[in-house]
Amino acid sequence: MKHLAIAAGILTATSAVAADKPELTVYTYDSFVSDWGPGPKVKEAFEAECDCTLNLVGVEDGAALLSRVRLEGENTEADIVLGLDTNLISAAKETGLFGPHSITADYALPVEWTDTVFVPYDWGYFAFVHNADAPAPTSFRELADGDAKIIIQDPRSSTPGLGLLLWVKASYGDDAPSIWADLADNIVTVTKGWSEAYGLFLEGEADMVLSYTTSPAYHLIAEEDASKAAAPFDEGHYMQVEVAAKLANTDQPELADQFLNFMVSDAFQTIIPTTNWMYPAVTPSSGLPEGFETLITPQKALLFDQDKAAAAREQALAEWLGTLSQ
Amino acid sequence: MAGHTQPINPLPGVSAAVLVAALILGTLFMVALRAEAGGGFGPADWSALRFTLLQATLSALLSAGLAIPVARALARRRFPGRRALIALLGAPFILPVIVAILGLLHVFGRAGWVSEALGILGLPPIQIYGLHGVVLAHVFFNLPLATRLILQGWQEIPAERFRLAAQLGCEGLAMFRLIELPMLRRILPGVLAVIFAICLTSFAVALTLGGGPRATTIELAIYQAFTYDFDLGRAALLSALQLVLTATAALAALRFSQGEGFGTGLNRAIRRWDGGTPVLDAFWIIAAAAFLLLPLASVTISGIAGLFEMPALVFRAAVISIFVAAASTVVLLLLALPMATAIATGRYGIVELGGLLGLAASPLVIGTGLFILIRPLANPTTLALPVTALVNAIMALPFALRILVPAARDTLERHGRLALSLNMNNWSFFLRVMLPRLRPQIGFSAGLTAALSMGDLGVIALFADAQIATLPLQIYRLMGAYQMQAAAGGALLLLILSMGVFWILDRGGRWHVEA
Repeated sequence: MKHLAIAAGILTATSAVAADKPELTVYTYDSFVSDWGPGPKVKEAFEAECDCTLNLVGVEDGAALLSRVRLEGENTEADIVLGLDTNLISAAKETGLFGPHSITADYALPVEWTDTVFVPYDWGYFAFVHNADAPAPTSFRELADGDAKIIIQDPRSSTPGLGLLLWVKASYGDDAPSIWADLADNIVTVTKGWSEAYGLFLEGEADMVLSYTTSPAYHLIAEEDASKAAAPFDEGHYMQVEVAAKLANTDQPELADQFLNFMVSDAFQTIIPTTNWMYPAVTPSSGLPEGFETLITPQKALLFDQDKAAAAREQALAEWLGTLSQ
Repeated sequence: MAGHTQPINPLPGVSAAVLVAALILGTLFMVALRAEAGGGFGPADWSALRFTLLQATLSALLSAGLAIPVARALARRRFPGRRALIALLGAPFILPVIVAILGLLHVFGRAGWVSEALGILGLPPIQIYGLHGVVLAHVFFNLPLATRLILQGWQEIPAERFRLAAQLGCEGLAMFRLIELPMLRRILPGVLAVIFAICLTSFAVALTLGGGPRATTIELAIYQAFTYDFDLGRAALLSALQLVLTATAALAALRFSQGEGFGTGLNRAIRRWDGGTPVLDAFWIIAAAAFLLLPLASVTISGIAGLFEMPALVFRAAVISIFVAAASTVVLLLLALPMATAIATGRYGIVELGGLLGLAASPLVIGTGLFILIRPLANPTTLALPVTALVNAIMALPFALRILVPAARDTLERHGRLALSLNMNNWSFFLRVMLPRLRPQIGFSAGLTAALSMGDLGVIALFADAQIATLPLQIYRLMGAYQMQAAAGGALLLLILSMGVFWILDRGGRWHVEA
């Protein structure tokens, strides 16, 4: 009976929100709302200043998140969508579901941010992570010519996988297929998502795994383990900028604006580095957490602008499939 | 038996089948209805179709083919720990995909135990990634199921047949031809169809073990259509293709699995007088146990450290998972028992087809379809757990039917006439004859469903919010947060819980018979 009571408590806890407070619903990806992600702290911090209820709804990943909003269309429950990345922005804008923002902030992004609909909240560089005591290649060319083994994610089911595709495309343009052809014998396998790939890497299945330059920070800060490093590549590193926007049809426009403002404030931004393991979009006044200074800083930041990313994705995907399916 | 009066009212079973088919086809229809102009069937889809069929066919043939000698050995031999071994062999089937992949690669991967052992002998590591890796993984998942189903076929041969065979000096090949082969001909087509259907919808396993985009399955294309292209028309089209393939396999299985049963027995404990070759039987049992248990051992070893690192939330998720599993099991029995009895009459093979569709339906399509259906009526998030329990029950339905149907058929064959002559009504026949006779099978299918439901991520990821998470979802979340060790602990907890419920329910069904 005790367990039944616990379960009943869990089930009702979600619906028993104070009815008199306004409610802001934010759709985001699952790892954001998880107990180890930024979600719980963000909820606490925002509710402390808004006198409202922040309702975080987790949907698998960024791409699934956009699909969910498109599925629900204009009468979506969401007031805010948080967790798309730059590669999804143009598709998101095409839906016409999102409304403009009026946020200004002193962004710490390596690129200029001028988008009028989407507000960035964190960012990072894709990178190959390896064991610090092993030598690592310094470019795609060197990687392709050498015999280091890598695990990557499938661009058809994973945002990092898509990031790698665009990284190679941005670095090599029309020569991208020949790089992929040379990389083919380095690729141990392609996984559905980041977790599988990273898990396999930690099991020792490959020398390197596609992840972020910030991944070693997790091991260093959370596990006091300095054995992982990200390999700097001469071509530069492709960026992922994660963004949020309010729905044009939201019934809580003021509250949504308040949330977006909160999102670029210190209260939110200090939570990001050690929960989402990305760089904050606006460096908080307290600076970055200790340990982040050990990370590599790429010489060159690569990023397709929104419209180019959509076109490049289609071409790069066809090339990738063509080359690796042979 | 077909064609004359029987003490069974097929209406509940047929209704249950219609309900299941309506749910599966209805959700597909809802998705198709929401589709805008979508992409058609391209060359990439054809190669995905080819690969899907190839790997599913090979996996089904190999799983069932290897299961025959293993089940035969287990049916013939009695040794200490046999029951525990049979129960443990079921474990791969119920692991969450990501955990099973890690466990498998821990043994067979580039840095795995086998490669290390080869390295000591100066041999190169085994190359696991490729079509053979995909088939290996699918055999790992499905060999236990196939073994259990076929073993059950052996145990349902009345003991009198073996007595008679022994008296007549019938051994070896003759025994196989006269008794075992007819049983296999009845059981195997269904086993092949079920495994084929499971492998048809494989995605993460096929991709990861396949080593790259060559190993693209239809399910991956469905996922891509849903999430990255938001092309619902394409998703519905591909999903319909999966359903057609499964239906074809199911119809073929039904067509081939006809055959006479073994008639009545007195339910004596089965004793075998034919010796066979103990060494060969031992080889099959040891080989299967090693193949299936080594990856589980690796899951256990890597999980032990994490077991003490897990936050309390993981235990809360475990409690939620137990409730979901219990609900799934109840729903499953309510659907499967009437369906199995209806199929047993021999006139409603189509009911079985309805049940098998549950395997072929992409969880993404069912989930999304239900989401579209529920949304106008209620907030789908608040229904996350009931929906997950329902979908899990439907996914387990085909297995339950494979377990229940042969025994239901035999029961009807043995006791149907007597029940009619006693003027027993349908309900009391069901309650007083069918249920008690089916108890071991009910226990087995309930255990399997509870364990499957516990381990399956299911559709919870489509519906969940921050507060509600099942154990598999929490494991995925831990991995997504770099906490691989705690995730391994969660996986071990899941393994223990799943095996626990399976053991309890399966044992509960057969406490008075030797298994």
